[in-house]
Amino acid sequence: MHEMGIALQIVEIATASIPPDSGNVRVAKVNLKIGKLAAVVPDSLRFCFDVAVKDTPLDGAKLAIAELPVVARCNDCHTQWTIKGPAFRCESCDSGSLEIISGRELDIESIEISEEDTHVSG
Amino acid sequence: MFLDRLFKTSRVYHHQDSHQHHPHAQVEDNTTGITTKKSGTREIKVVRRVLDVNEKMAEENRRVFAEKSVFVINVMSSPGSGKTTTLEKTLAHIMPDIRTAVIVGDICTTNDADRLAVSGAPVVQINTDEFGGDCHLAAHVIEKATGGLELDNIDLLIVENVGNLVCPAEFDIGEDTRVVVLSVTEGEDKPVKYPLMFRECEAALLNKIDLLPHLDYDKQKALDCIHQIHPDMPVFEISAKTEEGFGPWLEWLKAKVKQKIDAR
Repeated sequence: MHEMGIALQIVEIATASIPPDSGNVRVAKVNLKIGKLAAVVPDSLRFCFDVAVKDTPLDGAKLAIAELPVVARCNDCHTQWTIKGPAFRCESCDSGSLEIISGRELDIESIEISEEDTHVSG
Repeated sequence: MFLDRLFKTSRVYHHQDSHQHHPHAQVEDNTTGITTKKSGTREIKVVRRVLDVNEKMAEENRRVFAEKSVFVINVMSSPGSGKTTTLEKTLAHIMPDIRTAVIVGDICTTNDADRLAVSGAPVVQINTDEFGGDCHLAAHVIEKATGGLELDNIDLLIVENVGNLVCPAEFDIGEDTRVVVLSVTEGEDKPVKYPLMFRECEAALLNKIDLLPHLDYDKQKALDCIHQIHPDMPVFEISAKTEEGFGPWLEWLKAKVKQKIDAR
């Protein structure tokens, strides 16, 4: 629902991550990790991203999204497993005390930059 | 800290730029975090959380609230679950023993603030936009709103978030605890449809139980759905209208506030 705000935030972070003095470069690609529990819809985010990049060094950049599964670890028996449905109880010992290891991510992993006017594939 | 890394990356970048010209090889130097790809583009490691601006602000809020010994509760729900009525009644019971202030988030109107101000508690209304704005309250909004409150004279700050079961769960505002209000006029399976919200909240209030005799609502199913997402989550069954079930909820809240005051 707030994907536009997130898209603008991504553009800001990516722009700030371009090394200074690197001349006329543009960001060709942003590699993003989104956890399945992050309440962000990848398709909506891509749509907003395409609008948010206009007139920035990211104009035309591709947003590559890696979706991460929800992985939990039981605090009692230390079993680690991937949560597929909306049930948060240990598969192995039925304990409700668990820690979410991954699935909440909304991280920019890296950006890929190229010289201005260079054709970039992919 | 981020700037340091940025400058470090930048220095290394130039070093690499002048020494490596292998357009056909993918060269990676793990110490620099820069990879030159076959296509000629350079990949620069960023590794930054998109919401870290909000998270830093939330930590700052948390520090201020700890310094002033203010217990902060973030109350979330879907629209129409009875958040405001629940808070009106709650304020009537805990004021003036617990000195309380309220921050109310709505997309539009000051209706909720007007209702809550009757209690005598200072109320700050936040409108995210007159014509359909933000779907949640973010940490910087809370920081601004608390500027108008005398935190030294407040024990409890209640934040009534924007009615929405999705986005508010995603934004830390510097609170001590989060509760979710759901009502028996909503579907029993709301918790499994909005797992993050029910996972992130410490307790749930199941409101409008006075309507149960008139509905086909399966209360046990709703409780099962809550505990499927958050096993052992305390659920307070209440009616904000008749105040049935308010005792345990008020005791829980008072104990939380006392805990923070005692930590002074």
